[in-house]
Amino acid sequence: MRWLSRPASATQVTHGSRLWLYALAAVVLAFLTLPTLVVVPMSFSASQYLEFPPRQWSLRWYESYLGSVAWLQATRTSFAAGALTTLVSTPLALMAAYGLNTLRGRWAAIIYAVLVTPIIVPVILVGIAVFYAYVRLNLVNSLMGIVLAHSILAIPVALMVIASALKSYDMSQELVARSLGAHRLKAFLLITLPQIRFAVITAAVLSFLTSFDEVVVALFVSGGDNSTLTRNMFNALRDQIDPTIATISTIMIVVSSLLLAGAQLFGRPKRP
Amino acid sequence: MGESASLPIAVRQLTKAYGAVHALDHVDLDVKSGEFLTLLGPSGSGKTTLLMVLAGFVRPDSGSVRFGTQEVVRLAPHKRNVGMVFQNYALFPHMDVAANIAFPLKLRGVRREEIARRVASALELVQLGGYGVRHIDQLSGGQRQRVALARAIVFEPRVVLMDEPLSALDKQLREAMQLELRRLHERLGTTTIYVTHDQREALTMSDRIAVINHGKVMQLDAPRRIYDRPANRFVAEFIGESAFLNVDVAAGQCRFAGRTIEVRNMPAVEGRCQLMLRPERLRILDQNEPVAANVLDGVVTNMVFQGDTLLLHVRLGDGSAISVRGPSNEAGVAKVPGIGNPIRLGLGAGDAIILPADGG
Amino acid sequence: MRAHSKDPTLSAPNAAGLALDARRERWIMLGLTAPALSLVTIIMIAPIVWLFSLSLLADDGTFSFEHYRRLLEQPSYRRNFIVTFEISLLTTAIAIALGYPLAYVLAQLPRRAASLCLIAVLLPFWTSLLVRTYAWLVLLQRQGLINKWGIAHGWWSEPLALVHNFSGTLIGTVHIMLPFLILPVYGTMKSIDGSLMNAAANLGASPARAFWSVYFPLSLPGLMAGALIVFILSLGFYVTPAVLGGGKVSMVSNRIANDIEIFFNWGAASALGVVLLTLTLIVVYAAARLLGLSRIAGAGHAP
Repeated sequence: MRWLSRPASATQVTHGSRLWLYALAAVVLAFLTLPTLVVVPMSFSASQYLEFPPRQWSLRWYESYLGSVAWLQATRTSFAAGALTTLVSTPLALMAAYGLNTLRGRWAAIIYAVLVTPIIVPVILVGIAVFYAYVRLNLVNSLMGIVLAHSILAIPVALMVIASALKSYDMSQELVARSLGAHRLKAFLLITLPQIRFAVITAAVLSFLTSFDEVVVALFVSGGDNSTLTRNMFNALRDQIDPTIATISTIMIVVSSLLLAGAQLFGRPKRP
Repeated sequence: MGESASLPIAVRQLTKAYGAVHALDHVDLDVKSGEFLTLLGPSGSGKTTLLMVLAGFVRPDSGSVRFGTQEVVRLAPHKRNVGMVFQNYALFPHMDVAANIAFPLKLRGVRREEIARRVASALELVQLGGYGVRHIDQLSGGQRQRVALARAIVFEPRVVLMDEPLSALDKQLREAMQLELRRLHERLGTTTIYVTHDQREALTMSDRIAVINHGKVMQLDAPRRIYDRPANRFVAEFIGESAFLNVDVAAGQCRFAGRTIEVRNMPAVEGRCQLMLRPERLRILDQNEPVAANVLDGVVTNMVFQGDTLLLHVRLGDGSAISVRGPSNEAGVAKVPGIGNPIRLGLGAGDAIILPADGG
Repeated sequence: MRAHSKDPTLSAPNAAGLALDARRERWIMLGLTAPALSLVTIIMIAPIVWLFSLSLLADDGTFSFEHYRRLLEQPSYRRNFIVTFEISLLTTAIAIALGYPLAYVLAQLPRRAASLCLIAVLLPFWTSLLVRTYAWLVLLQRQGLINKWGIAHGWWSEPLALVHNFSGTLIGTVHIMLPFLILPVYGTMKSIDGSLMNAAANLGASPARAFWSVYFPLSLPGLMAGALIVFILSLGFYVTPAVLGGGKVSMVSNRIANDIEIFFNWGAASALGVVLLTLTLIVVYAAARLLGLSRIAGAGHAP
């Protein structure tokens, strides 16, 4: 307990006198992290009602999920949409980030602002506007429609991550590579890209999650054979609440965690 | 590594403006084949911009750059075949030393065995033989600089450009590297353009120095002449220490404080001019010596021991304050009158520089 | 002043060619941004403009302001805006009250502990909004964990109505928005020069004084950026009030969705959308002027 009387900061406040602060911080941290974890044990509950903590444990809801054509279809759609969104938005954001990084100046700032608007505009408006357009373009309830809509939501995220990495990257390496005989594209691919690898992987993971987790646009734009997990979940929440939703939630939490952990582990630059 | 056929560089009317600021102002420059030319100037003078234009990374507004007979000003950087060394080395951290050096050779489609041979040879040249397998972050600053150098010359470029490559090194290492760079240059004979703001470095290493300020070449000359015969006030002040006295020139004769100053290389000027003196070129004369030409009388106002030299502050008869630098050994100290005492200084005719009053 | 040569090619050789090269390079770089730009324009910007044009068309297809008039006349719309601002302001205030202290403690932690805690902040951030909202639905219900604990500990005797109402929605929105506040504030705090607090202590400032006069003002840019992001994003909330509000919390987004799904009233929904977007853009513009747009763009992502 001697730790309590040691100074915690330059102004010689002791840890003991700041305990309330640490307690508050701990409470807030718990508030942030714990609620989400509630759904995991719930998915293993034997009961039909939403109860926590579960009185009996069972895998019945997982069986129900695996046996449900609708849920499996939705899972397939969500993963496919996520993967395709990643494949579309990451390269597009990478190109845009590189172009903007080289351009600088007023035009670059304007284009950057335009590319970021999808996350500033209230998402309901994006949803209904895209829906409105898709009705006329016959893209409603199509996988491509979902992918295009999710891509515009993912591009700003990917762009910001990659642009930030490019800003702190030492461009003189690319310049040297060019002076040594590599044209711009080759220098980028051989020298710059390997070094912003972490950012690109992070951008890809975040693009996937942006699509995978997305609710509002999917509500309007996905459906029929191409309904996403989130859309089905949302409708289920409004109609009947059954613990299969807890199962879906658990799956989504696991997917997010694995992807984020993967990005952290494999994205890091190689150590000699 | 054989002698490469090096190229002369001809720069004509190079101009680059950023808004109202002229980074380069109609610069004309001729670099001889195989020469080691230093671009020397304060920060913001345009020296780095000039280097970047030569490399192809900055596009000038107008002008011509020729390597030999080839016009290169519109040529992409990767086609110019120049070797470049940056201040921060810019080594590729995701490759080892050998891969870094092999990079330009791979791009040129050189065969694997040939690459290995030339990389080893380049490493020997910079005295890092056997370091090929090391990774970049295992190297010290000086070693990284040498790897950067090896990478810049392994493909036998006809021009080498260096942008303050030694500024990140500590003093002792820097001085050792200066000599090594010079030695390397003599061995390879490649036309080299070197940018620095450190005048001592420029004086040590160069065949010629181009002093640059405000995007213009103030003087282009061998180090000795730059030091002994500055063409204008800026060069005189930027290189070495200097003091300026107001003098009168009439009919080819220079007079100061009622005495004649003999000037060996008197320029064709008249009227009010400036006489430039360097502190270390003034001799302390015996008070009893007869007054001849090139004698300045004054009073010692301060004396500072600076280790290897003694610095005296002297106030001359007309109120001008100048410095005199002399040896700090016993004999040197003995010659110095105490503070507040009169002192007589002598200036060689060859050490008297006359500059026009408006700063040249 | 320099004397200019009569012949421009003599004093400015290659000027035309160099200008051409510069232009070409710009076009290539712009071209790199073109695919992303086209996608955003075609899929989002054009449809939104198209959608907003609907707000100016009466039901019979003629140009009219009737939808906007209805917005002003019908009191239910006013209710929507009031609820929206209430939620946004309260969410922002509570997020600041809870998030600032946490960010402060995080900023003082040693690197490893800080990384661990940051993961704890980022993981919910990247877990679906829907999953988190659902979790709160479970926790806040009458037989949910919160009520069970409260009753078991004797804090209250009857199960509290914590969900399907304003309070439940607010708990959900604060939970979703907290990371948006914590991250920019943490970022700014980490960049505060520690020696400044040392200097304050040296000059005799008490801990409280040093904090309020030195640390807090320096952390303000991050705090303002975070608060504005939270406020702006809260304006557009849809899912959380829909799930946790039990129909009683109808923010503007919910109203828009209802107008379309239930009433097929595209004109009204569109007009409401125009107003919502305008409000959002006004706040963004004010924020950009106050802080610099790069700060905002560097930290947000939609719920």
